[in-house]
Amino acid sequence: MRDRTHPVEAVAAWVLALVWLAPLAYAFWSALHPAAYATSFSLSAPWTLENFERAWKQAPFARYYLNTIVLVTLVLVGQLVLSTLAAYAFARFKFRGSTIAFALVLLQLMIMPDVLIVENYRAIARLGLLDTIPAIALPYLASAFGIFLLRQTFKSVPQELVEAARVEGAGPLGILWRVYVPLARPTYIAFGLVSVSYHWNNFLWPLIVTNSVEARPLTVGLAVFGAPETGVDWSVITAATVMTMAPLLIAFLLFQRQFVQSFMRAGIR
Amino acid sequence: MTDTTAASSIPERRAGSQAWWNAVNAWLLLLPAAVLLVAFTHYPILATIRHSLFITKRNGTEVFVGLDSYQAMAADPIFWKALVNNFWFALGTIPTSIALALVMAVWVNRNMRGRGFLRLAYFTPTVLPMIAVANIWLFFYTPDYGLLDQLRGLLGLGGWNWLGDPSTVMGCLIVMVIWKEAGFFMIFYLAALQQLSPDLEEAASIEGASRWYTFRRITFPLLMPTTLFVAINAVINSFKLVDHLVIMTKGGPNNASTLLLYYIYEVAFTFQDSSYAATLTVVLLLLLSAVALVKFGYLDRRIHYQ
Amino acid sequence: MFARRTLLMAAAFTALSLGAAHPAAAVDLTMYYPVAVGGPVTKIVDDMVARFEKENADIKVTAVYAGNYTDTMTKAMTAMKGGQPPQLSVLLSTDVFTLMDENAIVPFDDLVSDKAWFKEFYPAFMANGQVDGKTWSIPFQRSTIVLYWNKDAFKEAGLDPEKAPASWDEMTEMSKKLIKKDSSGNTTRWGVEIPTTGYGYWMLQALAIENGQKMMNEAGTEVHLTAPKTVAALDYWVDLSRKYNVMPSGSIDWATLRTDFLEGKTAMMWHTTGNLTAVKDAAKFPFGVAMLPAKERRGSPTGGGSFYVFKSASPEQQKAAVKFIQWMTAPERAAEWSMKTGYVAVSPAAYKTKAMEEYAKGFPQATVARDQLEHAVPELSVHENGRIYKFVNDAVQAAVTGTQKPQEALAAAQAQSDRVLRASK
Repeated sequence: MRDRTHPVEAVAAWVLALVWLAPLAYAFWSALHPAAYATSFSLSAPWTLENFERAWKQAPFARYYLNTIVLVTLVLVGQLVLSTLAAYAFARFKFRGSTIAFALVLLQLMIMPDVLIVENYRAIARLGLLDTIPAIALPYLASAFGIFLLRQTFKSVPQELVEAARVEGAGPLGILWRVYVPLARPTYIAFGLVSVSYHWNNFLWPLIVTNSVEARPLTVGLAVFGAPETGVDWSVITAATVMTMAPLLIAFLLFQRQFVQSFMRAGIR
Repeated sequence: MTDTTAASSIPERRAGSQAWWNAVNAWLLLLPAAVLLVAFTHYPILATIRHSLFITKRNGTEVFVGLDSYQAMAADPIFWKALVNNFWFALGTIPTSIALALVMAVWVNRNMRGRGFLRLAYFTPTVLPMIAVANIWLFFYTPDYGLLDQLRGLLGLGGWNWLGDPSTVMGCLIVMVIWKEAGFFMIFYLAALQQLSPDLEEAASIEGASRWYTFRRITFPLLMPTTLFVAINAVINSFKLVDHLVIMTKGGPNNASTLLLYYIYEVAFTFQDSSYAATLTVVLLLLLSAVALVKFGYLDRRIHYQ
Repeated sequence: MFARRTLLMAAAFTALSLGAAHPAAAVDLTMYYPVAVGGPVTKIVDDMVARFEKENADIKVTAVYAGNYTDTMTKAMTAMKGGQPPQLSVLLSTDVFTLMDENAIVPFDDLVSDKAWFKEFYPAFMANGQVDGKTWSIPFQRSTIVLYWNKDAFKEAGLDPEKAPASWDEMTEMSKKLIKKDSSGNTTRWGVEIPTTGYGYWMLQALAIENGQKMMNEAGTEVHLTAPKTVAALDYWVDLSRKYNVMPSGSIDWATLRTDFLEGKTAMMWHTTGNLTAVKDAAKFPFGVAMLPAKERRGSPTGGGSFYVFKSASPEQQKAAVKFIQWMTAPERAAEWSMKTGYVAVSPAAYKTKAMEEYAKGFPQATVARDQLEHAVPELSVHENGRIYKFVNDAVQAAVTGTQKPQEALAAAQAQSDRVLRASK
């Protein structure tokens, strides 16, 4: 009864949704039709995969995919491990300096590695890791966001379960593994989706730190590919663009609810 | 005699060594994350400040110049333009995207037909890489055969150089960023709305309040924590988001669209002037710290979090 | 006895095979190169590199496409400062001062015994690379700016389709006739377009030299942006759109300009000769290529990229790099490169190869850029050229978009350039 939505509102919501989808729809249109039809929307336009073929041949997208997958996996695994350990420390251990340490961790929520590109670049150079995938991942492995989320989750784990495990003779790490981690699964999934999204789409830092195809992720590859100087064949560029965003988009479409809930959970602070 | 005293002091000692063990364990657990955090966040912050006080000569030696770089920066018109641009950029994107996000969340939260589709449509831009978004919108804005100009052509208007005209370039970029960000903020509002008790709306409607009144006086104030949270995030984002500049305008025309982080990138990597880039970064850090102070010092005190 | 012989033979075999395996492992070279023109240039480069590798099995060249000239310079510098320099690269011929300041490159005089090789190239192209009596770069993809014109459009407008404008006034007058408008008064075809983005300073230099003004001094420590003739050159550029209305107002994009021309949105365009083959392959109408029109004189800056060898490469790598460069710039390859892209072949000998002579006979447009070398001047080459280019580009954009008057814009650029150049004097 209360839920009856005014029809004008419903129409407005739908119009906005269609407007919102239009740019993406356009990208797909342009990618799937030959160049001549890029800007004419006739229904009889032939569908074609040739733009994707050309884009695939013009730049080593297979390698870019591999690099990106390796990168986000590396980042995610690193973040999960490091954040779990650190959050555990903050959540369940009382020790001197924990408040200050936590405050310092929170600093990274405001001042992220993305703005410290100049110094971080010098650090990576000193380590001799330039132009490698670990170089892209390193500044992000310690994730204040992850620590924050997991700490909250760990804090809400009931003490009885912890006691039960301790009684069974588990040490601190055993308790962590057997009690805390399983209970924090929703948080892990949430954090995982946010992290993968973020690092799949990350651009500026990978741009600076990589030079060669062997380390370059998709986003940088796309930028180099679409470089205006070589002239603009929009159909091929949109095909390349679609290839860059497709995996996340497909994952999102399949796991919509999880994605949305992850971001929601990540936002509930 | 001695046994009892010995016995009673054992729990104390155990407590004391327990605390010590606690601390050791905790720091060990923290160590990996701490090392990386210090290496890539805290140390760079300090190093940037130090670096801004020196100039590196071409042959590699460092010369202490104190605040010279800061003076040069104060006299640099591009720096000021970048700052002003950041300000307008934030002003242009943040209130509008937040307002849109709120509206979207309210709609998705309603029991409308196809709300799943709505949610999908609003949120999709968030999962796209900015560089892909930039490519797509670059084509929209291309003069004459870009989509926008084609539409104008249908209306009988001539083409327009959207990204090449200093008076329209910021506006165009702002629209694009709003498109990208609104859905992301919507999620936070959605979470908050779903946590609101439906009893409130019930009570209000029984009292005879109109929907708009309920929203204005009850819902919106209750959403204030979310609004502030989203606003802070948006401000931080507005400093970080420069990917699109790399392929759309490169900061032009004539620095009309440049932003501070993009200028830092240009100075550091195109002109290879890392000392000046460090100086500029210090300004950026100060701005972000100001935001942090507002959040942690002021807002967090006023709003109760767990 | 038997066992001993077997043992000895085994030992001998091992020694021999070890010795035989000794021919050095291939020398590895990494090269960054830019592309600033249309067409499948990266494919052409990859193809040439592969052929070189086939002829020289002991040298492996990894050619990395790094974006446009600015991006490639950024990449090379960043890589070098990060401890992973390339062994050679193709960079702007005008990057020489910056590279020298950074102690990045080694002069070719130290690398080749027969300096007569340098004289084989066009002096106009060698000029930018010769500093303090030494040769620091070898030309590779070099160009001048040329005027492309749409012959069909000319015919339609009642102009002689075989005659291109020879002076600024002619260009203005002809452009006025070439304008086409639709029923609502919107211009569907412009007379001429000069690109503003990307390399605005290069175009300004062309206009300035045609007006009789050099924009820099020999030593690369001064720029003459506020000289009255430079200002007049920018004035004319702005007037084309604001006073004569023959050019669209606002920023004109380097990359989309070629498409504009091919789609007939402009009847004439100023662009690098490096786009020639791309235009030739895609044009649906006959088109001509001419030297830029004169004001006081004809003129164009040279442009494009040259090979540099990096100091950090090992002597072995440097030798291999020189071999590669000699191969790539040999007359046959220079001719091939020119035909496939439109860049000027870097040596007179290239134009005398049979392939090139035949090509030029059937497509005389291919030699215009080379003929213009007679009137060409070295590209704007100064220390800290990256920053100076940005200042001039910004000034050009400010003037063309109407944000500032040319005089103001150039004064600002001059002030900033002076400040930056003062440090390098």
